[in-house]
Amino acid sequence: MNKKLQHQTAPEVRMETKKLSVIYNKTVYGVRDVDLPIYTNQVTALIGPSGCGKTTFLRSLNRMHELLPHALVTGQALLDGQDIYASKIDPVVIRRKVGMVFQKPTPFPSKSIYDNVAAGMKLVGIKKKSILDGVVEKALRDAALWDEVKDRLKSPGGSLSGGQQQRLSIARALAVEPEVLLMDEPTSSLDPNSTTRVEELIRELRQQVSIVIVTHNMQQAVRVSDYTAFFFVGEMVEHSPTKDLFEQPKEERTVEYLSGAFS
Amino acid sequence: MKADSELSKKTALHSTIPAIYRSPGDKVFKLIIFTLSSAIVLLAAAMAIILYIEGRPAFRAFGHASFLSNTVWDPVAGIHGALPFIMGTLITSFGALLLAILPALGVAVFTTEFAPKGLAQIINYMVDLLAAIPSVIIGLWGIFNFAPFMREKVYSPLYFWATEHAPGLLPVLGAPSNYNLTTATIILALMIIPYTVALSRDAIAMVPQEQREACWALGATRWEVMSVAVLPYAKPGIIAGVLLSLARALGETMAVAMLIGNSNRVPFTLFGPAATMPSVIINEFREAVEHLHYSSIMAVGFYLFVLTMGINLVASAIQRKLMLKKGIS
Amino acid sequence: MNIRYRYLRDKVILAVIVALTLTVVIPLAIIIVYVIVNGISAINIDFFTQELGSPSRAMLGRPTGLMHSIIGTILIDLTALVIALPFGLATGIMMSEYPEHVFAPIARLLTSTLNGMPAVLMGLLAYALVVKNTGGFSAFAGSCALAFVMMPIISKSTESILKITPWSLREAGLSLGLPRWRVTLSLVFPAARGGILSGVLLAFARAAGEAAPLMLTSFGNNYLTLSMSKPMDTLPQRLYSLAISPYRNWHAMGWAGAIVLLLFVMLTFLIGRITVQNMKRKARRLSNNT
Repeated sequence: MNKKLQHQTAPEVRMETKKLSVIYNKTVYGVRDVDLPIYTNQVTALIGPSGCGKTTFLRSLNRMHELLPHALVTGQALLDGQDIYASKIDPVVIRRKVGMVFQKPTPFPSKSIYDNVAAGMKLVGIKKKSILDGVVEKALRDAALWDEVKDRLKSPGGSLSGGQQQRLSIARALAVEPEVLLMDEPTSSLDPNSTTRVEELIRELRQQVSIVIVTHNMQQAVRVSDYTAFFFVGEMVEHSPTKDLFEQPKEERTVEYLSGAFS
Repeated sequence: MKADSELSKKTALHSTIPAIYRSPGDKVFKLIIFTLSSAIVLLAAAMAIILYIEGRPAFRAFGHASFLSNTVWDPVAGIHGALPFIMGTLITSFGALLLAILPALGVAVFTTEFAPKGLAQIINYMVDLLAAIPSVIIGLWGIFNFAPFMREKVYSPLYFWATEHAPGLLPVLGAPSNYNLTTATIILALMIIPYTVALSRDAIAMVPQEQREACWALGATRWEVMSVAVLPYAKPGIIAGVLLSLARALGETMAVAMLIGNSNRVPFTLFGPAATMPSVIINEFREAVEHLHYSSIMAVGFYLFVLTMGINLVASAIQRKLMLKKGIS
Repeated sequence: MNIRYRYLRDKVILAVIVALTLTVVIPLAIIIVYVIVNGISAINIDFFTQELGSPSRAMLGRPTGLMHSIIGTILIDLTALVIALPFGLATGIMMSEYPEHVFAPIARLLTSTLNGMPAVLMGLLAYALVVKNTGGFSAFAGSCALAFVMMPIISKSTESILKITPWSLREAGLSLGLPRWRVTLSLVFPAARGGILSGVLLAFARAAGEAAPLMLTSFGNNYLTLSMSKPMDTLPQRLYSLAISPYRNWHAMGWAGAIVLLLFVMLTFLIGRITVQNMKRKARRLSNNT
C-alpha cells in the first residue's frame, strides 16, 4: 500500500497519552510514562512480549481500569484534545466514544443477534425501531456479518460460530459509532480463516474509526497496522510507522525483540 | 449509505443521552445499593447492642463475672447464674463435634476421592438435604422414636450393667431419663454433620490436582495419596470448617431444647437432663414475667452472640488466610 | 512395607470410610421414612380445612386441623421475604459488583458471620425491637425475625451467583458506554436470574423451617387470624407445641404437620439445588467454549 505517502502528510491526532502510567496496589507499575499518539483513521498496533503492559495501556484508553480494585491511572489521555481523566469528564460517555473488542468474543448470551447489536442503544433509552433497524443493519454490514445473519436476527448471539461471534462483538461496538475502537488481541481465540476475515475487516474499518489493536502476533501487526508501538516491561520503547519499525528499528530492545530474543 | 450514517450519528449519538444513562445515574444506583446494604451492618450492630442493653439489668445485678460463673439459676429466688447453660452448651457442642468429625470426614473423603461420580452426587444431595430438614422435625423424631429407643435399648441396660459391675461410673452416667444430655449430643452431631461435610468437601476439592498426580506418580496407593498429598493440604480448610460447624452446634436450638430435658441442676450426668444457652431461651423466655428473669435470658443471648461471633470470626480469618495463600481473592 | 500390605490397608480404610458414610446416610433415611409413614397415616381433609381450637376438640374427636398454621406460615414467611429481599439483594449486588469498594469486605465478613448466628438470637432481637415497642406478640414481629434470618442468606447466595457470571460480560457492556447500573440490571442480572431466584427460594425454605425465632415473636395461636398485628400460628412453632403436649391426638397431628413442612422444605431445596447446578454447568460451558 501507499504507506510512504501516509507519513509524509502527518495524519491528524485523534487521541494522545502524556506520561500515562497505570499503577497497581500503589506500587507496581503496569505501564509507566507512556507518550503515544493515535492517529485518525489509522490502525495503531501495540506489540511486545506478554506482560509488557500493552493490554494494561489499552484498557486505560477508555477508563476500563476503574472496575478493578487498586488500579490507579496518572498522567493524561487526551481525546480530541480533552483529558478523559479530567474530573468533570463522564467515563460512561468516554466509553461510548472509545469502544472496545475483547480477546474472547463476548456476545450477551441471553440476547438475540439483533439485541446484541442494539444493546448500546436500547439500554440507554433509544428504542425507536426505525432508528435501531438502520443502526443494526449498518453495524452488521460494517462488521461483514450482515449477509450471514440477516435471516436470523432473532436467534441468540451465542448460536454463532466463534469467528462470527467476534464479528458480532465488533458490530456491537460499531453500533454506538465510537471515534476510537480498541481491540485486545481480537483474533487470539479464532481459527485462521476467521482471523483473516477479521483482519480484512480491520483494514476496511479504519476508514470510519481510529483503531488501536493489541497483538502478540508480529505478522498480524505488519498486515493490519499503519503504526506500531513496541512495549517492553511497562515502557513504550518505540513508536513509528509499521514499516519503519519492522525494517529499521531504532532501539536496541526492539531489534532484540524482533529477532526473537525474548517472547 | 453515507447520508444514512450521518443521520444515525445525529439521532443516536449526539442527541445527548439522559443523565440517568450516564454517571449521575450510576451515582444514584450506587447510593441506593449502598444504603440498602448498610442494613447488614445495622443488623449485626443491633444484635450486639440491643442484646447487651436488654441484658444490662442482669449484668448490673450480678456483675459479668459472677453471672458467668454462678451455677445457680433460680428465677423464683431471683438468682441468675449462666454457668449451667454455658457448660451444657459447651459439653453438647464439643461432644457433638467429636462424634461428627469422623463420619463427616468419611463422607467427604468418600464422595470426593472414592465414590463413582453418580453415587457421590446422590450422597452429597442426601447430606445437603439433611441440613435442610427443619430442626423441629428432627426434634419430633427424637422425641417419639430416637429418645425412647436409646433409653430402652442403650441407656437402661448400660446403667444396670454399671450398677452391678462398675458402680464408680454411676455418678457420671446418672439415672437414665427420657430426654438427656447424650441424646441431645448425638442428635446435635447428626445435625452438624452436613456442615462439616460440605466445608471439608470444599477444602478437599481445593487441593490442586498436581498434588495428587505427583503422589500417584511415586507409586502411592489411593489411601497414601489421600493421607500424604490431600489431607495435609486440606487441613486448614477442614479446621475452619470444623470451627464453623462448632458455631452451628452452639446455636442449634429446637431439637436440643426438645431432647435435652431442660434441667439446670449441675453437675450434669450423661444420661440425665441438662440445658443449653439456646434451650433455656426457648423454654423460659415466654414465661419470664419478672424483669430480672427476662433480662437474664437476654444476657444469656448476648453471651451466646459473643461466643458464636468469636468462633465465626476465627473461622473466617483462617479461611481468608487460606484464600490468600492459594492466590484467590 | 510390602505392596500386599499396602493394598490391604487401602481396602480396610475404604471399608471404614464406607461404614462412616453409612452412619450418616442411614439415620437420614430413617428420619425421612419415619416422618413420611407417620405423617401419611395422620393426614386427612380436616387437617387442611380446620383450625386447631382447644385441646378438648381433639379429645372429643371433633374435627381439628392445622389450616390456621399453614396460612399463618405462608403469611408470615411471605411478609418476611418482602422485607428481606431488597436488603439482601442489594447487599449481594454490592459485594459482587463493587468489589473495589472498602465496604465490600466488611459486608462480606458480616454476612458470613450473621449466616452462622443462631436464629433464636434473631428472635430475641425482633422481640426487643418490635414486640416490646408495639406492645405485644404479633405476626409482624415474626416476619421481622425471619427477615433477619433470610437477609444474610439471600446476600450470600446472590453474591456467589452473580460472581459466577463472567466478568467479561460486564466489561463488554461497559465498553459500549452503558452505565454500571444498566450493566448490572440488564446484562448481569438476567444471566443470573435462575440462580438468584433459587437462592431466594433456599433462604425462604430455611426460614420456613425455623421455629425458635417465631416462638419469641409471633407466639402462636390456636385459632385462625389474618391480622399481622396479632399473635399468629406457624407450622414449625406449632409442631413444637404439639410434640411436647400431653395429647396423643395432637402428636398425630404433629406428624401430619411435619410431613407437610418437610415436603415443602425438601421441594424448594431440590428446585434450588438443581437450578444452581444447571447455572454453574452453563457458566462453565460458557467459559470453556469462548
